Amino acid sequence: MWSVVPLRLLSEKLMTIPVLQTQAVSKRFGPVEALVDVSLAIYPGRVHTLLGENGAGKSTLMKILAGVHAPTTGSVLMDGREVVFANPEHARNSGIAIIYQELSLSKNLTVAQNIFANHEPRRWGMIDDRALLADAQRLLDSLHIAIDAATPVAHLSMAQCQLVEIAKALSHAARVVIMDEPTSSLSDSEAQTLFGIIDTLKARDCAVIYVSHRMDEIMRISDDISVMRDGRYITTVNRQDTTIGALIALMVGREMRAVYPPRPPMAATSDGRVALRVDNLSRPGKFTDVSFELRAGEILGFFGLIGAGRSEVMKAVFGTLGYTGKLEINGEAVRIRHPLDAIARGIAFVTENRKEEGLSLQHSVERNINSVNLRRMANRLGVVKPARERAAAKRWVQRTGIKTAGLEELAGHLSGGNQQKIVFSKWLEIEPRILILDEPTRGVDVGAKYEIYKIIRELAAAGTAIIFVSSELPEVLAMSDRLIVMREQRIVHQFDTTGLTQEAVMSYAAGVQHHVH
Amino acid sequence: MSTNTVTSTIDTTEPSKPFWRRGWFKQYGGMLCGLAGLVVLFAVLSGSFLSVNNLTNVVLQVSIIAITAFGMTYVLLLGEIDLSVGSMIALVGTVAALAMSHGFSVWSVIPLAMLIAILLGMANGVLSATLGIPSFIVTVATMGIFRGLAYIVSDGTPISIADEPFLAIGNGDWLSIPIPIWILLGLLVINHFVLSKTVFGRQVYLTGGNREAAVYSGINVTMLKIKVFMVIGVMAGISGLILASRLYSAQPNSAMGYELDAIAAAVLGGTSLSGGYGTVLGTIIGALIIGVINNGMNLLSVPYFYQLIVKGLVILVAVYLDVQHKKHRG
Repeated sequence: MWSVVPLRLLSEKLMTIPVLQTQAVSKRFGPVEALVDVSLAIYPGRVHTLLGENGAGKSTLMKILAGVHAPTTGSVLMDGREVVFANPEHARNSGIAIIYQELSLSKNLTVAQNIFANHEPRRWGMIDDRALLADAQRLLDSLHIAIDAATPVAHLSMAQCQLVEIAKALSHAARVVIMDEPTSSLSDSEAQTLFGIIDTLKARDCAVIYVSHRMDEIMRISDDISVMRDGRYITTVNRQDTTIGALIALMVGREMRAVYPPRPPMAATSDGRVALRVDNLSRPGKFTDVSFELRAGEILGFFGLIGAGRSEVMKAVFGTLGYTGKLEINGEAVRIRHPLDAIARGIAFVTENRKEEGLSLQHSVERNINSVNLRRMANRLGVVKPARERAAAKRWVQRTGIKTAGLEELAGHLSGGNQQKIVFSKWLEIEPRILILDEPTRGVDVGAKYEIYKIIRELAAAGTAIIFVSSELPEVLAMSDRLIVMREQRIVHQFDTTGLTQEAVMSYAAGVQHHVH
Repeated sequence: MSTNTVTSTIDTTEPSKPFWRRGWFKQYGGMLCGLAGLVVLFAVLSGSFLSVNNLTNVVLQVSIIAITAFGMTYVLLLGEIDLSVGSMIALVGTVAALAMSHGFSVWSVIPLAMLIAILLGMANGVLSATLGIPSFIVTVATMGIFRGLAYIVSDGTPISIADEPFLAIGNGDWLSIPIPIWILLGLLVINHFVLSKTVFGRQVYLTGGNREAAVYSGINVTMLKIKVFMVIGVMAGISGLILASRLYSAQPNSAMGYELDAIAAAVLGGTSLSGGYGTVLGTIIGALIIGVINNGMNLLSVPYFYQLIVKGLVILVAVYLDVQHKKHRG
């Protein structure tokens, strides 16, 4: 049954004891340090926002609190006592509810069946359908969610699903509710409903851990705001004592280290010829009215928060996502329907997810490098020349500095950085005139990052037109000649990167530019 | 794994692994040992097993399943499946026999039969690739349709074949080796070449290994799937002609369950059901293992009902060993 532990009477005494706390929590995934020494306290009846760039460690921290991951070192305390969550079930039974960005509803069942999935009210050992429906409706009503509990989930909108997801999480007695970007798919009025729910939870002395990139809503609903950066806890501030500008500075505040190769002046590499012109590109629900020009020898950065629509635009240009609007390559109008069309016109696309879209992990380094340019490795009858293949693979392994035991080594055995270099190699082998890079350094260690940056610079210097999509602001600032910021599926601004600050870019990406200027 | 400690970018000298963990032996050694073990076992248990006559017989009996399994290997490599091949074999055989009974010569019947086989395979491929229906479902449906057509064109009764050149396909010898074995060897070489040396073959492996990555690499995966189903059509067509020839007649109820034998042979030979991993060399070894078990048990007069159980157990054990092997391959 749904109930929130009535702590009201004890609350004054308990206010001083955090309901949930991490002590020196660190988490490693193989060689990657996702969290380093994070100590954080969550108090009942307060909304605690976690703020940080993509990859700052917020998601990992949330997953540790929800029992998905166990910390490598450090401990989690509940009511001041150490707890070790064996699994998400355990955390939930201890009163921690988490609402993920991805929805976990079964479309074939009703709202009520989803809300009480796996803990349905029973009578004589059988599911009591009437109680199920009544309890679910009561829960929805108490949260002011205007949805009929008998509706099949398949009939709901994305936003309604999100609200049902929240109700589902709260169907367990929750003392801490974790929300991961809950408003990302909500309209303004639906977001208002959510804020109402949050107020209700606070009144019940529930703690809310809130993650969002939208600065204005963070300022509206938060009590405490903790900033994270590079897997480390930076500080916690009280909402009344801070400003959006100050928070953004804390969030991006890392010093720019010498991790980027020097930038030649733009004029030296570009002859100003437009390699790609994109005119009013749209796809409903993905991106709207996207127009830009890309010049030969130029690195054009694309920045935006996750879900801004950057990757989708690139997929449309490469022919894996349908679009309306016009594309021009070297002044010639083209229609691109399949990657074959794009490749034939000299476009290469280093995709965001190398394991899903970039590599066949069970095949060798050599096979992967030669996967795009197979035709050129073969004679007219389609018979592959092994010597040609081997030579090409060898050349690229040396050129991009892939560290491998041999060309026959399976791609899946290599580190992230080396895998990414294979993806680069397979595309560079076709000598592209337009190179689209989507998060080319994600999951790549610092050393390999530098080598990848160097390759990108060299290509631009040789006249390749490059689009550089990244969620890492310092990187995209340091690498791009010009920078386009996307927010909510539109281009909101184009910058010349000379003298541009991270704060200015972030304010456009988060949609609060008027607060900063 | 030694990649972390390697300092030069390419280490061209093979890491010092023992010979059984390298190259050819690593890939096929396990299966060949299994096959050799079975041969030794039956040789000890039955005096007549090791005779040239009997061994030729084993290969001859295996040839139809193995040829079908070559086609199945392509389909499985792509991560797809074709359950209609048994029905296809029967349909191609009956159409060929019908044409000959109407006076067509063997030289026009063979191309006709092959054309029909390609079209049947193409139908599977087009239905699955363009309509987006999983190949499992498409071929369950066409398994029934093709079988039904075979009964209809033959009126439900065997059609006997008297054409001498046609009967030679399944029953003739060349250099005292049966013709089906020559066909088997020829197709083994051709298919191995196509899979390992041509752009088409590479595309099959790459697409089976990661379909998304293949799309992004500019491979037309829709066309590729259709082509692969045409290949298995060709293989089933050849099997159909050999079977009809060997039976001296086309029987609409022949080749029942051959699709499962073909899948078993490919999987025993190390082909992954999820795609991307496998070879026709492995497949023929898998088919031979099944053939040796069948033959050996027949020589030992093991009742058929028990043979079914033994065959099932062998497949379970072999695939389990392969799964374990793959887990440790990293």
